[in-house]
Amino acid sequence: MKRLALILCLLAAPVLAVEPSEMLADPVLEARAQALDQELRCVKCQSEAIASSNAAWAADARVLVRELIADGKSDAEVMDFFVDRYGEYVRMRPAARGAGLVLWIAAPLMLLGGIGIAALTLRRRRAAPEVAALSADEQAHLDELLDS
Amino acid sequence: MYTELGHFCLILAFCIACVQAVIPLVGAQKGWPVWMRIGEPAASMQFILIAASFAALTHAFVTSDFSLAIVAANSHTAKPMLYKVTGVWGNHEGSLLLWVLILALFGASAAWFGGGLPDRLRARVLSVQGAIGVAFLAFILWTSNPFERLEIPPFNGQDLNPLLQDVGLAFHPPFLYLGYVGLSMSFSFAVAALIEGRVDAAWGRWVRPWTLAAWLFLTVGIALGSWWAYYELGWGGFWFWDPVENASFMPWLISAALLHSAIVVEKREALKSWTVLLAILAFGFSLIGTFIVRSGVLTSVHAFANDPERGMFILAILVVFTGGALVLYALRAHALQAKGVFALASRETALIANNVLLAVAGFVVFIGTVWPLVAELAWDQKLSVGPPFFDAAFTPFMVALALILPVGALIPWKRARLGRAGRSLLPALIAAIAIGALVWTMQSGRSILAPVAAALAVWTIGGTLVELWIRAGKGVAATKLRRLAGLPRADWGKAVAHSGFAITLFGVAALTAWQTEDIRVAQVGDSFEVGAYQVTLDAVREDVRGPNWTATEADVTLRRGERVVAQLSPEKRFYPVAGMPTTEAAIANGVFRDLYVVVGDPQEGGGFALRTHIKPFANWIWAGAIIMALGGALSLSDRRHRIAAGARKTQRAVPAE
Repeated sequence: MKRLALILCLLAAPVLAVEPSEMLADPVLEARAQALDQELRCVKCQSEAIASSNAAWAADARVLVRELIADGKSDAEVMDFFVDRYGEYVRMRPAARGAGLVLWIAAPLMLLGGIGIAALTLRRRRAAPEVAALSADEQAHLDELLDS
Repeated sequence: MYTELGHFCLILAFCIACVQAVIPLVGAQKGWPVWMRIGEPAASMQFILIAASFAALTHAFVTSDFSLAIVAANSHTAKPMLYKVTGVWGNHEGSLLLWVLILALFGASAAWFGGGLPDRLRARVLSVQGAIGVAFLAFILWTSNPFERLEIPPFNGQDLNPLLQDVGLAFHPPFLYLGYVGLSMSFSFAVAALIEGRVDAAWGRWVRPWTLAAWLFLTVGIALGSWWAYYELGWGGFWFWDPVENASFMPWLISAALLHSAIVVEKREALKSWTVLLAILAFGFSLIGTFIVRSGVLTSVHAFANDPERGMFILAILVVFTGGALVLYALRAHALQAKGVFALASRETALIANNVLLAVAGFVVFIGTVWPLVAELAWDQKLSVGPPFFDAAFTPFMVALALILPVGALIPWKRARLGRAGRSLLPALIAAIAIGALVWTMQSGRSILAPVAAALAVWTIGGTLVELWIRAGKGVAATKLRRLAGLPRADWGKAVAHSGFAITLFGVAALTAWQTEDIRVAQVGDSFEVGAYQVTLDAVREDVRGPNWTATEADVTLRRGERVVAQLSPEKRFYPVAGMPTTEAAIANGVFRDLYVVVGDPQEGGGFALRTHIKPFANWIWAGAIIMALGGALSLSDRRHRIAAGARKTQRAVPAE
């Protein structure tokens, strides 16, 4: 399950605003650049990655990503370059530390909590007598039926 | 004149809503039948008045009455008639008027069709509906009045945002609102039940159709919005995990959970307090959604109304209604006693698992949406939570849901033997693994997402077929067919909706994993290969004129071998009044793939930027959603749901579930 989640998380629907003039000639490097475009926020836009934004800032950022890649920087180095300048805000995938850590562990914790509560309720329910007693209304109705 | 009448009707509707909120509630408490009965005429009258008010606003838009502030800000005489009408709700004030119109419609429906409800319950439900009406009508009248006049009317209007000038605007918001606001009925039933201190099978039966209706409208609304984004925004994306999209997705997930847990209440009288809590949360998330959209607190591409005063007002509504209902819940939930007992392996347990998964998935979307706000308020950190987070954190829940779905749908209530269910489902399991493996080998070396989704889709649909096969029973083909035809429509609805879920799941995965795109500068006459297709840019015309726009239009031919597959004419439009460009993608729709072509700006060295996307199985995403909604509609048309509440279940030739 964990591995599956990891594989699934490597995929984000590519949505590209990159202009042909910005693109790298080498398709392997360009593919890396496009993957990075998905991870970087356009800081001048409203919740958009630089990959999909038509804003001038995003276009400049895309060119910068490609320049850094052409210089032989690794993906992590490119991310660090942007985070150093624009802060954690620039990451579309928040880092799993500090406040971000709470975000990442919230879902698994909630799932465990949900399963725990469900299991507890079920166990209590099973401990209860199999046949529920009649309610007062039902008892009255039953008496009425028996009397008639 | 009409405008003033409309305004006056709105004020009257507010007064009537006040009466509707108080009188029937007091009547129900004291047991005064006359007071209780006020709710029905009040709900009908409120609807008629708001409808009149809405008609007056529409009249102002259609006749381009620029003395009205919102008409001047959102319309133009050159705008096509369809967009003059849809422009009524293409802005903050008008869309809220549509919101209360639909709210009043639901309240009135409860009055018209609620004849079978016990008097007290109906009175309380109508009261709660009335109270929601009071809050939102006050919000409109005091902070967002659509009937505000301008002192000096302009000569012409400022035109509607060009992105909104599309048939999508005609259908997407009304359906979405029917869903959002429809959940107010589940909420009202939940609050009424808490006041009454009683939730039983009958309550489950009454609340289900309303929830089902709201959920199916929400499904259609979200699907339309996603499809609209796909063709209109020119990126070919179908879901962006934008805060506003999330705002509609959270109530969808919670109402899907509610839909399933209400079945347990109706059939087995268990999960009562949980179901009531879900009903409160579902509408709570609708209100949160309204707050997010209307206040612009989490700025996003959808925020066309940013105003702190309005934000505070909606926040107050949110706190009063959700908070109030939750307090009531805390005080009264213990009065709701579960009756049905069940073993660990049972339909009940499977539906609990469904609820845990859907609710946690909803929570993931919620925390991802509000986290940037929380981090900024609590730690003064500016964070972004984008699609990479949601893809990673949300997807596993949908995978798990699809895994348990066929088992849960098949096993009996109360006590099940898993081995037996396992043996029945073996064919579906084998088919799923075989298809998954086949897809895996065919695509060689690409992501595992698509094969997994294909296997899950086959597993889910296969499980549904197995269930129908079992329900058909033994005997010759004719007997089986007769039995199948005799199944309650709710059972068919379940099969159809589950299949729709599988189709959407597969569509999303296949599109994400297999799409290919090509971005390049093309000169007129250029030809190039994209995937299996030969793309030719035949011509570009730079002087195309529409009613309120000018455009650059390209003619593109796509061939496969010698055969012409599609001739497409993508446009890049410019709306001079709004001063905004839009991209009009040209799409050749197909069952197995969409061909999606976008023309961009002219380049410095001549030629045009041309984007060609091949999008496999794109239409399956929305087709699946529509099939889900159809399943909901089928279920809704079941006699059990249509019949006035309180009617006894009729005996059938086939065992009911």
